[in-house]
Amino acid sequence: MEPASAKLIGAGLAAIGAGMAAIGVGNVFGSFLESALRNPGAADGQQGRLFIGFAAAELLGLLSFVVAMILIFVA
Amino acid sequence: MAAEPGKVDPMHQFRIEPLFGTDHWQIAGYSIPFTNSALWMAITVVALFLFVQGGMKRQLVPGRWQMAVESMTGFIDDLLAANVGPAGKKYVPYIFSLFMFILFANMLGLLPLGLVGVHPFTFTSHFTVTGVLALLSFSIVLIVGFSRHGLHFFSLFVPHGTPIWLLWLIPFIELISFLVRPFSLALRLFVAMMAGHVLLEVLSSFVITSANSGPLWGTVVGIPSFILMIAICALEILVAGIQAYVFALLTSLYLNDAENLH
Repeated sequence: MEPASAKLIGAGLAAIGAGMAAIGVGNVFGSFLESALRNPGAADGQQGRLFIGFAAAELLGLLSFVVAMILIFVA
Repeated sequence: MAAEPGKVDPMHQFRIEPLFGTDHWQIAGYSIPFTNSALWMAITVVALFLFVQGGMKRQLVPGRWQMAVESMTGFIDDLLAANVGPAGKKYVPYIFSLFMFILFANMLGLLPLGLVGVHPFTFTSHFTVTGVLALLSFSIVLIVGFSRHGLHFFSLFVPHGTPIWLLWLIPFIELISFLVRPFSLALRLFVAMMAGHVLLEVLSSFVITSANSGPLWGTVVGIPSFILMIAICALEILVAGIQAYVFALLTSLYLNDAENLH
């Protein structure tokens, strides 16, 4: 395979990681909403943890974006 | 990989260029021109200064502007009180500056100034800028941690209740997760801002290219892309706020480690 085309295929495969991170972020907010509706009184106190979880899940998707960008523009 | 002529290059918006003919400015052989990045940092600082100054009238019954500023400081105050506790009070100025600087930078970078021919530059989409901000937070954590706890600060790497037989592994993992913090902090902000701007640019290239190739493609591709662009713009405003908040939140969590160990 041509190295240039392999790079582009690799960058496309990195999009799988972004999609997986989308599942993760949806999971974080979905679970938060689910339990917040069960106990709305405790929801506000957990917002910090919500965003920590969001940040952790999102970072992994952003890493796959970085991999794609490196493959396209740097490597 | 360079873009073909006639196409929109989504990475062009991140190019740093010297402004006002300052490209020959040098110190000790290093080129230090006044770039568009520096210009937008200055604009951000001025806007932030004006915003805060407008709310410093200290009226007993606050007006709208003073309420806006006070709700921001109160927000950071609550964030630190919740995450660090009473010891967090002294970090309010730093976290407030950090949060507002990043928030203003992200928001100013999203302004539709392209309509009047000015290119707004989002300097938070550069790893150098976010890296320096993250290193600043990380070094404050190190300085505070070592000055408050001395060498006892290393007990951060051995969480409470670690089994004896795992003592060879846990500190190693904790050390790596500690050292990776500045990178993850900087990388998150930089990539989130860059990804959003690349996405907007790619969608705008869809609109331009499809509109140029006739009314049919303009309707089928251009108009949906344009509507999606508007939605993504709204999402980007949300992301700009969330990323500034996450940066401030994680910095305050790391400060909590330094202040109270764990």
